[in-house]
Amino acid sequence: MNSRLIVLVVPFIVIAIFWLMARREAKLSHDPTHKGYFERNGMTLGILFIALVALWTLFLVVLPYLYMVVESFHPQLPPSKRGGPEDVLTLAQYQSFFVQPVGGGLNVTHIGAFVFSIIASIAVTALNFAICYPLAFYMAQSGGAQKVRLLMLALIVPYWVNEILRAFSLRLLLASKGLINQMLMGFGFTDAPIDFLGANVGLYVGLSYAYLLIMVFPLYNAIESLDKNQIEAARDLGAPWWRIHKDVVIPYAKPGIASGCTMVFMLSAGSLAAPQFLGGPRTLWFTSVIYNFFFQNFNWARGSAYAFILLAACIALVMLMLRLFKVSLGETIK
Amino acid sequence: MSAGVELDHVTVRFGDFTAVSGATLDIKGGEFFSFLGPSGCGKTTILRTVSGFLEPSEGKVRIGGKDMAGIGPNRRPTALIFQNLALFPLMTVAENITYGLRVRGIDKDMRAKKADELLELIALPGQGNKQMSELSGGQKQRVAIARALAVQPQVLLLDEPLSALDLKLRQHMRNELRIIQRMVGITFIYITHDQGEALTMSDRIAVMSDGVIQQVADGKTIYDEPATAFVASFVGENNPFAGTVAQADGSSALIETKFGRLRGRNPRGLRAGDKAILFVRPESIRLGAGATDTTLSSAVKSVAFEGNMTHVYLEGVGKKNITISVGRQGTTSIPEQGQVAAISYDAALGLALPEGQLARE
Repeated sequence: MNSRLIVLVVPFIVIAIFWLMARREAKLSHDPTHKGYFERNGMTLGILFIALVALWTLFLVVLPYLYMVVESFHPQLPPSKRGGPEDVLTLAQYQSFFVQPVGGGLNVTHIGAFVFSIIASIAVTALNFAICYPLAFYMAQSGGAQKVRLLMLALIVPYWVNEILRAFSLRLLLASKGLINQMLMGFGFTDAPIDFLGANVGLYVGLSYAYLLIMVFPLYNAIESLDKNQIEAARDLGAPWWRIHKDVVIPYAKPGIASGCTMVFMLSAGSLAAPQFLGGPRTLWFTSVIYNFFFQNFNWARGSAYAFILLAACIALVMLMLRLFKVSLGETIK
Repeated sequence: MSAGVELDHVTVRFGDFTAVSGATLDIKGGEFFSFLGPSGCGKTTILRTVSGFLEPSEGKVRIGGKDMAGIGPNRRPTALIFQNLALFPLMTVAENITYGLRVRGIDKDMRAKKADELLELIALPGQGNKQMSELSGGQKQRVAIARALAVQPQVLLLDEPLSALDLKLRQHMRNELRIIQRMVGITFIYITHDQGEALTMSDRIAVMSDGVIQQVADGKTIYDEPATAFVASFVGENNPFAGTVAQADGSSALIETKFGRLRGRNPRGLRAGDKAILFVRPESIRLGAGATDTTLSSAVKSVAFEGNMTHVYLEGVGKKNITISVGRQGTTSIPEQGQVAAISYDAALGLALPEGQLARE
């Protein structure tokens, strides 16, 4: 069977799933007066709603990804040969990540880019957390209402500026003849300009800043609902400030921390603009590799295979972390 | 070990607002001392000043004779029980109780031993591994007490800890608190707006209003010999009759009121011409006429039968009723609504005090 045919069958499966869910809903409810989905909405409207939701999930969520999954298991072929005898299911694209298709050596470049991207994303997440936790704690627990509002505005307004503009302005700041180097040399801290961009300082700063809000708000939400008395109780019992955070605030805010860290990690691992504009000349970000397969080599098959490798690795890592810190996935999206 | 707490002209201001002004009192070591007052009277501010969460704007707080200025709540010999208890929801019962010991670096075995000891004290033996959510309101209450006692404070501060409980449990916990206090022998400072709690548990009570301490005395004195109009009207029920002093001597005063000239004791030395209020408690008034200077009459507005008592409400001044509580010892017939009834009291049970602010109903 042609694998692309499976894609055609999927819509019907999705619709069937929604329909079955609607049918079963009434039975699952413990309340006997509870009306089922079709009882509440009527047959016509009920079917219409299901069709709309099904279309939405199908065309915007399921099908595009599914198409990419299918694509990643096919060889790269010119359009004329698609569906022909050479169009077979293959693991070649996934293999090519580990072993170079030409020559057969270990694919050091891509594995290196992959490992670097993951490690750098972890570093960015950690840096982001270190910046955002004190900020979120201040906003949620100790700041006055007026100051917190100003701070929020100061956090949000810079995001009105285009991402590329932000990246380039940061580049100007950090360049060898940029403001920071000029100042350092002017004050005599250093004789020669420091290569911030080559050392990926720009990359870390840019990525951390790009996802600041995504970290701040889950943390803020989590810490804000913490009863102030808990903090005072710990203090009254003799805890120094760092113990209060370790024993009371952080355990309480754990779901928010997990949620913020997960999102920042996923987004930085998958980011494109900041690494491209702010990364050093020797830095290769994994998403840039994927981008190049799609838009330079027109090798969609290999590009999507690489994208799924990244996705699987990120999900695995996040799940591992959640398990390590004993947070359930459900808690993080609360 | 217990320590006394001394407030020396303590004033606490928040911006322009003065929450406590010039509070001066001396709480003895081992005493069960209550601050009683309506909400917003500054009693919680005093508690937070003693515990160290607030610094007084003026004056000094001394605990065990030692000035507490600049010493944070984590380094004071006090422990605070919060109104909402503020137990740590993610810790077990034993972890909650021994948290103060953990931050002091006391090892695990010692902590377990102490936890068992305290669980015994609060009548929850062997329940240390339970989660907080598994406990009932009263049990949580006791865990909060144990957590505070674990750090062996010299002064235990309680901020209306019983207000979240239902009536039965609250009355039960009153006794329990008193028993625990006698057992551990440390100073308890208790904040409440509930006069029943203050009167039943305390050795001494400070009645507060608008940031000012009105009177410090034991419960019986507060009830029988209120020092100000506020205390007289806030603690227990009371019928105020405002007027001007017509005649006065060292022991009694005759007040010209809307209901004629009425007599009462004169402990504050009122003189003729002073503005005054005569207070007579509902249970001190009886139906029927007596001496002319202790008898008044008014129309009955309503009668409420309460089983052991019958409350009769008579037309007072303005919207305020005169309340009489009639017990069942006698065979007094209760007048009907609309009837004009004569009522009287013993002159010794009337109390004339200088005019002052009354407690809001």
